[in-house]
Amino acid sequence: MSNSTVKRIRPLSPNIQIYRPQLTSVLSIVNRITGIVLSVGAVVLVVWLIAAATGPQAYAVVQGAFTSRLGRIVVFGCTFAFFLHLCGGIRHLFWDAGYGFDLRSIYVSGWTVVAASVALTVAACLTSLIIAG
Amino acid sequence: MDRQSMRSPLARAMGLGSAKEGVEHWWMERVSAVALVPLTLWFVASIIAHTGSDYATFIAWLRMPLVNILMILLVIALFYHTALGLRVVIEDYVHSWIKFGALAAMHLSCFALAAAGIVAALRIVFYG
Repeated sequence: MSNSTVKRIRPLSPNIQIYRPQLTSVLSIVNRITGIVLSVGAVVLVVWLIAAATGPQAYAVVQGAFTSRLGRIVVFGCTFAFFLHLCGGIRHLFWDAGYGFDLRSIYVSGWTVVAASVALTVAACLTSLIIAG
Repeated sequence: MDRQSMRSPLARAMGLGSAKEGVEHWWMERVSAVALVPLTLWFVASIIAHTGSDYATFIAWLRMPLVNILMILLVIALFYHTALGLRVVIEDYVHSWIKFGALAAMHLSCFALAAAGIVAALRIVFYG
């Protein structure tokens, strides 16, 4: 039996528990977490479409859930997750096209993603509140 | 490395994962992402515009052909992108035999949810 079959326990990379969080690493994991959150949001979209197709009573139940206090907090959270994933995704598409790899650009685009996501979420919620009256 | 092995390094590496399908996954994740930028923005803007709309107004909007087509395209692109993304998440964190089950369950769920969404949208057009 050779040495290669002996399993050695070694620390796995990256050692996130000893890493100081940086904007780059935080936005990377945020993109993944928001993606998972939005997967749940996609399920809600289907439930909502089925309710709309079923009839006024079913639709009223789902609308009631959305407009409840907890529902509003969840919708707000999903909206923020959506804009973070959207802006983060567009940042990724620029990288895929070969742009913005130098350190300065990475931080500028990173903070732009954060600022744009906050601004778009606030704008979306305010517009919704104004239209609702 | 096992120095006593008679197998060549190439033979040992073969079958352990190749680049044959990786590019396809990566590329389709980007293609669906590009499709989702206008589709999701349209959806969010439409929902905001319909804040406080009653059921009849909302259904009348969903019955418009363009709206219905965009809604179905959104459901398809959304669940395709979701399946591609969650696949990477599962592959990164699940390593035991559960990985197979988790991947199968996730893919089947995405197919089922997309089908349910499309049928619901079509039902609104034909019976709504």
